Amino acid sequence: MLNTVLGSLSSGVAASTSSYESIATATGTGSSGTITFSSIPSTYKHLQIRFMAKTTLTASAGYTPVITLNGSSSSIYAEHFLTGDGSTAQASGGSSPSTTSIQLWRAMAGSKASTPTMSNIMAVCIIDILDYASTTKNKTVRYFAGLECNYAGTESWVTLGSGLYAATTAVSSLDITTNSGGNFTTASTFALYGIKG
Amino acid sequence: MATTYEKIASTTLGSASSAITFSSIASSWTDLRLVIIGTAAAANYVTLNLNSDTGANYSQTILYGNGTGAYTFNQTGDTYMWPNTLGWSTTIPQLITFDLFSYAGSTYKTALVTASGERNLGNANQQVSTSVSLWQNTAAITSVSIGAQGANISIGSTATLYGIKAA
Repeated sequence: MLNTVLGSLSSGVAASTSSYESIATATGTGSSGTITFSSIPSTYKHLQIRFMAKTTLTASAGYTPVITLNGSSSSIYAEHFLTGDGSTAQASGGSSPSTTSIQLWRAMAGSKASTPTMSNIMAVCIIDILDYASTTKNKTVRYFAGLECNYAGTESWVTLGSGLYAATTAVSSLDITTNSGGNFTTASTFALYGIKG
Repeated sequence: MATTYEKIASTTLGSASSAITFSSIASSWTDLRLVIIGTAAAANYVTLNLNSDTGANYSQTILYGNGTGAYTFNQTGDTYMWPNTLGWSTTIPQLITFDLFSYAGSTYKTALVTASGERNLGNANQQVSTSVSLWQNTAAITSVSIGAQGANISIGSTATLYGIKAA
């Protein structure tokens, strides 16, 4: 009970010891821009994905991957996010289901050589998909992402975002893609967890 | 299915202390989660040091709202991780969480941080914040230490360290 209360107030949906389980993991290959978790059982109440990611692209310190559910790239997603880069706090998003994915704003580091120490820096992200197995509700996604580059410019970001998947189909698969032409480096790791209700 | 969310250690202060430290952390998990609820004797920053490192090896980017606006800033060359400019309250407990990713891995260590500092004051001296912090070190994290910039953390303050293990 304590864990559940704390989790609801903080960055991820925590749970009691017996109700938070590892479902699957994945690692970047350096040659693919997509991570897929498929055949997700409907035996949990919520899903959580924790990952740290970097792309093979080198032009910027940070990039924005996207998440899609059930392999759908139809215009049935919506999103809003609040982000800060050390200089500007901004909110962005659209109110109707009109996008083909949910952006995970700057949740992927770039291999930018000109930013000091970038070779050892990863972006990190926690995604919660609430009531993912429901067949009567649209699905709400929340994410918390950050990339800290130890750089006084605007090349670090922290973001709190929400997304909508406007479909009542149970979520049985999800894809996280670089969405920028790059690939996930081999240091990128992804873990899918199930939280029981 | 493996059980993956475990309490590693927990402390509730029975007397005021300048730090709450969890040491000898095993490398058995994938991520660490630190949850703190407490007050301190002075309104100093909430600080987190890793592996007893007090060098200028930390940096952060912070986004916060205080009831009048949303703001962001970044800091490099810090000597600790810290969640916001609000600092500890001497009377009202603040909730702070640190999610430390791949704490035993070989890259620099990044944390997602939240802080909820509601003071029921009706002015800007309260904040809700999210932030990302970096420790420029590739060593595995084996200890974490919460502080108050030299002030004592108050009796009754609680910190709990969890381990999250991917399959």
